[in-house]
Amino acid sequence: MQHLPIFPVLLPLVTAIILLRKREGVDPVRRTISITATALLVVVGFWLVSRVAGGETLVYRLGNWQAPYGIVLVADRLSAMMVLVTALLALGSVIHASGGEDNQGSNFHGLFHLQLMGINGAFLTGDLFNLFVFFEVLLLASYALLMHGGGKSRVQAGVHYVVLNLAGSSLFLIALGVLYGSIGTLNMADMAERVSQLPAERQGLVRAGALLLLVVFGLKAAILPLYFWLPRAYSSAPAPIAALFSIMTKVGIYAIFRVYTLIFGAQADGLSNLAQPWLWWGGLATLAMATIAVLAARDLRMQIAYFMLISIGTLLCGLAMDSTASRGAMLFYLLHTTLINGGLFLLADLIADQRGKVGTRIVRSRKFKYATLFSALYMIGAMASAGLPPLSGALAKAWLMSTATLSEGLWLWPLLLLSSLAGVVAASRAGSTVFWRYSNGDRVSERLSRGKLVGTVLLLSAAPLLIVLAGPIGGYTQATAEQIADTGQYRSAVLGDVTSVTPGASADAD
Amino acid sequence: MEALYAITTGILTASGVYLTLRGRTFPVVVGLTLLSYAVNLFLFSMGGLTTHGAALVGTNENYADPLPQALVLTAIVIGFAMTAFAIILAMRARGDLGSDSVDGSRTDREDPRENKA
Repeated sequence: MQHLPIFPVLLPLVTAIILLRKREGVDPVRRTISITATALLVVVGFWLVSRVAGGETLVYRLGNWQAPYGIVLVADRLSAMMVLVTALLALGSVIHASGGEDNQGSNFHGLFHLQLMGINGAFLTGDLFNLFVFFEVLLLASYALLMHGGGKSRVQAGVHYVVLNLAGSSLFLIALGVLYGSIGTLNMADMAERVSQLPAERQGLVRAGALLLLVVFGLKAAILPLYFWLPRAYSSAPAPIAALFSIMTKVGIYAIFRVYTLIFGAQADGLSNLAQPWLWWGGLATLAMATIAVLAARDLRMQIAYFMLISIGTLLCGLAMDSTASRGAMLFYLLHTTLINGGLFLLADLIADQRGKVGTRIVRSRKFKYATLFSALYMIGAMASAGLPPLSGALAKAWLMSTATLSEGLWLWPLLLLSSLAGVVAASRAGSTVFWRYSNGDRVSERLSRGKLVGTVLLLSAAPLLIVLAGPIGGYTQATAEQIADTGQYRSAVLGDVTSVTPGASADAD
Repeated sequence: MEALYAITTGILTASGVYLTLRGRTFPVVVGLTLLSYAVNLFLFSMGGLTTHGAALVGTNENYADPLPQALVLTAIVIGFAMTAFAIILAMRARGDLGSDSVDGSRTDREDPRENKA
């Protein structure tokens, strides 16, 4: 199937067009279409992973234009894995949303699939400008989804989110302008070829462009000075959207990973590894700040948002540790944290439904019926997030720590372990208040939406599953890290035997 | 021409950044618009400035780089849509929050029209 790499982009697009036809209301037909399409996306994800698991890099040339001139979609192990985890997360979210959340505003399912299209496109594209376009697609859908259902807190968080991301988009374009002006191409594989042959006087300009790009990706990934938008936006978004957003920060992580290993990786002469120190100290600082903040959170969803920031910090540290082993561990941790964090956001919504006016605030509330079930689920999610054995978080964190060298470990070990401790303290305090301390009054039982429960359980089941299947999945992430380290393979797959020339590039003219 | 171009872009960017940092949503939206104009100009010039040269290979010795023109067109369209969205959002925030301050607080400056009502 030579058209396989474009399926993850086309399928959500077609679904979105079908779903956008009628504007108002949600009926069983639309939910069925939406869930079926997402399930199909999971199938496509598995198919893509099975195709590339052997180490092949699939290249899809749109319109059959040769690589440096035309736009390419590239599916290697990393892209395929990200597409699959997006699809799994989306399946849980969309099933949860069909439990009633999608009825709060208009066009939920159509926008949801447009966002999936943007996310998948960002993972698959092999062209930096195309990456910008897919970023805008996913952002535009996310603006609307963040405010789905309306309400003061959402609008207020939305204003910040939109303004910040518009400024981020401007920076992205400036960075692209600088890089195109100095390197003469925007195809990632071609950039990787040319960056090593840059004349010395252009290196400063390219360095500026590359670090500007890091600011943009850092804003998406929520690195320390750029994360202040995240807790408010994620804690006020509707639950299924907050869950889906847990892959959005990973889009930023993915972009950093791809650009700073492929283009500005080890082979880039004077510019090699220029992002690593920023990522390392930024990651550690994010980890430290989020550790403090998670203890201070007074709302369950806010707490989960800070759990997510802890995971961002950990991921960035894993990225900055420049060894294949630690990147393999980092990718395993990424799978774990994306699914578990998504599941926790869904669970918080289930709990809020039962508790009435109190919502997810960590205070005493009336008794509610499904407390035992929810507390068990919350315990699984929180234990996995904090990194207590026997669930997936413990394995992922232990693996990551074991790959640190002595000088890296000196910083990483205490911070990561302290963040786990803080996670345990915060989660047990929140859990005991929410599930064990009741105000006087009768027990109430709100209706439990089965769809919401199924979606939540689906995502949280990743915690035990990732442990059971740790062998094959760990092997795959390790192989992914090895493939990323071998940038020559990516370049030759994309460019073929074409020598690197781009017409009209002023880089050659002046 | 390069100097004029650079100064124009610089002034637009500076004004855009200044307005984006203001505390009310309307200046912020205008600031973002100016910023996107500046970015479009910058993007347009990234292939180098060429006078009297069409973006066609073969008709002229001195041809312009066609790629920035295509890129800037995409950027303009996206920027336009985003600005429209930001304006609607600012209106909505004004309606829902009862204030056009970016952090939604009403206490910092009272709106005189509301006092009369």
